[in-house]
Amino acid sequence: MAIAKVTHMGARTVEDVREDFPILDRTVHGKPLAYLDNAATSQKPRAVLDAIRVYYERGNANVHRALHALGEEATAAFEQNRGKVQRFLNARSKSEIVFTRGTTEAINLVASSWGDKFLKKGDVVLLTDMEHHSNLVPWQLLCARKGCTLAFIPLTPEGGLDLAAAEREWTDRIRMVALTHVSNVLGTVNDVKTITRLAHARGALVLVDGAQSVPHFRVDVTDIDCDFLAFSGHKMCAPMGIGILFGREQLLEQMPPWMGGGEMISAVYREKSTWNELPYKFEAGTPNVEGAIGLGAAIDYLHGLEFSAIEAWEAELARYALQRLQEVPALTLYGTAPRRGAVISFNLGSIHAHDIAQYLDKEGIAVRAGHHCAQPLMRLLDIPGTARASFSFYNTFSEINRLHDALLGAAEFYA
Amino acid sequence: MNTFDDLYQEIVLDHYRSPRNKARLDNVPESMVHENPSCGDAIKLEVTLDDSGKVTGIRFDGRGCAISTASASLMTEKLRGLTVEEARSVAHRFIRSLRGDEPLEELDNMGDLVAFKGVAQFPVRVKCATLAWHALLLSLPEVKGTSAA
Repeated sequence: MAIAKVTHMGARTVEDVREDFPILDRTVHGKPLAYLDNAATSQKPRAVLDAIRVYYERGNANVHRALHALGEEATAAFEQNRGKVQRFLNARSKSEIVFTRGTTEAINLVASSWGDKFLKKGDVVLLTDMEHHSNLVPWQLLCARKGCTLAFIPLTPEGGLDLAAAEREWTDRIRMVALTHVSNVLGTVNDVKTITRLAHARGALVLVDGAQSVPHFRVDVTDIDCDFLAFSGHKMCAPMGIGILFGREQLLEQMPPWMGGGEMISAVYREKSTWNELPYKFEAGTPNVEGAIGLGAAIDYLHGLEFSAIEAWEAELARYALQRLQEVPALTLYGTAPRRGAVISFNLGSIHAHDIAQYLDKEGIAVRAGHHCAQPLMRLLDIPGTARASFSFYNTFSEINRLHDALLGAAEFYA
Repeated sequence: MNTFDDLYQEIVLDHYRSPRNKARLDNVPESMVHENPSCGDAIKLEVTLDDSGKVTGIRFDGRGCAISTASASLMTEKLRGLTVEEARSVAHRFIRSLRGDEPLEELDNMGDLVAFKGVAQFPVRVKCATLAWHALLLSLPEVKGTSAA
């Protein structure tokens, strides 16, 4: 059996890091939980849970207008966490960081606000054949409103993007390229920096869906040079219901608000209003302060482990999992791109993915099964769905061994 | 409680491994395919009736998980010889009891279909067990004088 080359995250062992996550010591159907559904949502460390609890126990108030001490503290905490996100992404200014409910809302914001203002009939939005529905449907809605069309960067047989084909078929009507950084099905890490260079040279903007990348390695928006980046807190140890839209300041300045209400206004008259400055123009209503505090605590927690260590350990997990899964007879892997994250989709013979997942659940192993919100990709692969194991830095080789053994059991059970 | 074994009972596994009345139904148009988009399952049916309106046979074609395949297979056996009206009534009872609209114990009086009782503990899988039955309700002809089931 292979031995891990990396056994520590910073100064800590994986076993030690697991202690930070209260949920990881529970059992499921009498077996220890092996949580391998991290691409859907991550588990939460005590540091994040504590930060949220302390906020509600000691500091809860509405933000931005209260003149009392609690209100000022809550506002300061909320804005400090915006600053944390800005530094985390290496954005130029806090004005470029908009709190949203998640990746989906962030993409919808851009499609509605930027799209409605700047796209004209006949313009093209370029996506890829590996997009999650959340980076497809908002653009479909936009195209229906504006008479625009969608085009798709095709995939290579390994599940990468065929950039040569994209370059060949590029048209000057392409105004926006919206693509995922890491595929939630194939695990492919896309070279978004090259795509941004390509798009910018041809006058198109780039939106990166970072839902599966930001939790796993450092994403630097200045280095990538993307125009927009969207991601969710809940896949990176923060609570559900908080996410981020990063947008280049000069673009956000030109974009109209997309939701009206409190906080996003400057002056309101009976017939009209003027808009607040960035980023508040895009944050109507009482924001998710708990979420922002949880996200800040999650960023601190991940920094404490060191991103380079997280990345190294997850690469080890992916390598070992791929090796062990390939030992399972009749197992088909989807996505073999050279640069990939720790997301592995597979099928086992002709066994339906839901049956695989149900068997694994019996063994205490949580995986996802189905189309993974990527129905067009499933249609391309000509399969109804896959089972998917997705890893985080708190997963272990022993959990991968259990997955391997349980898959042998499933093959026998359904034979 | 071993809920997994409740779900995959021996009779379910038997009908999954050797589905009865499964055939290629290329003659049935794609527009008649009944799908569960959440899991990619798809099924189409061919129902044959005699002159008196009794079901003489049901065949199915499609792809699905063990639960949906076994349910389709058992359905083809259960409904043979029934009138359209009776078949519709069985389908409604089966779907309603799995969805919790009627007591689950209804299944105790439905022969082999009792094997799907365990499915009720898995709300996500109820759709799998009822897929073929929904397809059936769409495939059965309307019978004159039948009151709405």
